[in-house]
Amino acid sequence: MREFTTDILVIGGGAAGLSAAAEAASAGAGVIIAESDLHLGGQLVKQTHKFFGSRDEYAGTRGYKIAGILMAELDEKGKNALSMTSTTVTGYYPEDGMFTAMRGEESYIGIRAQRCVVASGAQERIIPFVNNDIPGVYGAGAVQTLMNLYGVRPGNRALMIGAGNIGLIVSYQLMQAGVEVAAVAEAMPKVGGYWVHAAKIRRLGVPILLRHSIKEALGERAVEGAVIAELDDKFAPTGAEKRIECDIICLAVGLSPTTEILSHAGCRMSYVPQLCGFAPLRDRTMRTSNPSFWCAGDASGIEEASAAMIEGRIAGLCAARSLGFDADMEKLDEYWSRLDHLRAGEAGEKIRAGIAKVLRGRWED
Amino acid sequence: MDNDGTLFSSGVLTEGLIREMRPPESLWKDKKGGLAVVECPQRIPCDPCASNCPAGAIKPFADINDTPVIDHSRCTGCAICAAACPGLACFVIDLTFSHDKALFKLPYELLPVPSRGDAVDCLGRTGEVLASGRVEAVTEPKRDRTRVIHVSAPKDLADHIRAVRAVKRDV
Repeated sequence: MREFTTDILVIGGGAAGLSAAAEAASAGAGVIIAESDLHLGGQLVKQTHKFFGSRDEYAGTRGYKIAGILMAELDEKGKNALSMTSTTVTGYYPEDGMFTAMRGEESYIGIRAQRCVVASGAQERIIPFVNNDIPGVYGAGAVQTLMNLYGVRPGNRALMIGAGNIGLIVSYQLMQAGVEVAAVAEAMPKVGGYWVHAAKIRRLGVPILLRHSIKEALGERAVEGAVIAELDDKFAPTGAEKRIECDIICLAVGLSPTTEILSHAGCRMSYVPQLCGFAPLRDRTMRTSNPSFWCAGDASGIEEASAAMIEGRIAGLCAARSLGFDADMEKLDEYWSRLDHLRAGEAGEKIRAGIAKVLRGRWED
Repeated sequence: MDNDGTLFSSGVLTEGLIREMRPPESLWKDKKGGLAVVECPQRIPCDPCASNCPAGAIKPFADINDTPVIDHSRCTGCAICAAACPGLACFVIDLTFSHDKALFKLPYELLPVPSRGDAVDCLGRTGEVLASGRVEAVTEPKRDRTRVIHVSAPKDLADHIRAVRAVKRDV
């Protein structure tokens, strides 16, 4: 088994991981980024929409361009950073600080690292309904990858389940790809994503059916339609149903943090509904209860990419600092003030409640 | 069941808010170039409208979550906001275009991109076709593939037309 040695292993090369790696490398730390996908950039590479936030978070810039900016930053500071794509971290052996990873389909490698930043992102959720396993039922993120990364049009007419930001944005991008969007069904009494994202697709004629969810996908070998059901205040079906003509069904019903490696490393975890699953307890430096592990981005709780990039900066900075590198710790307060601003609005209410449950003061030594 | 509240919860502006976000009539009716109308009623962390406004008409935000406040007396109708807003929530409407038509400057990110002279469908806030409009110009102010389509359409629809759809031409 081939072995590598580095100061800091960053697991995940998406928005959070790239930011963590850039920050740690610029402080002088040696960094390896292990990315399970074929390329760096995570979800950014398929995000053709412009980001919100302020200039510091690249507001107004399209996501895939931000991936390019982060990779260029990493290249510039790249003397200390090595990125490995198609590399999935599979285990951690604390007794000798060794991580194992699968590289490609065949080979295993070992990575010896003193510190680890877990920026492993999230997984799409699925909900139960009749026929949810037939071809044509997709995660919304998968559809976004097909269209915006691989240039494949996934179908002709889509039903979107979920009106959070992903459901709304991917609906818009389906239209940009020339796919008709039959409707967006949302179980809650209001859209969960930003109002302006909803307005954007409404004015292009897409109905958003509040208090509705999917009951059944129709079709034998592939999706030929769907039945959606109206829900009452307690989310029970009222009995009113509608048939939707569609050949794809996209599920945008939320994400769950990918936290296996954090659990594996013994980091204390807590189930926090507002963060959409198990999330690691952390201090203001994004350090977990395991003093060798930091967390950032969706792996630390589901939030927007803008926040993920700042959390990555914090984790990279502080992990480098913990090894004695010359990291400018004054930046920590600035990063936190940016995070606090991003989370200050109505849309940040849920995140604030979730973070309050996992944020700790100094870890006892 | 589609009352104002339900519509608003699904992304459609209510009559009350439409009136609230309307530029003052006295400044608007004779303003060459038009004035910005920003339909952004929710506090979200986003400020490119203000940070891109070259005239300082969209006031700088104290808090990134502020909703836009416009000093219409400073707005030049340049439509940079329409191009910069990630939510496509900024529009410029010029009521001086002709005696019966207004010029709508609307953000557009679809294909095909219509050309000057083309007829397009003018859409309201729920996608209903309100009128046929004529494309007077197509610009790309930020050079980032968000076009601003300048379309002339009936002036009495100034409060209602907020999008266009390219009309398929007979082959």
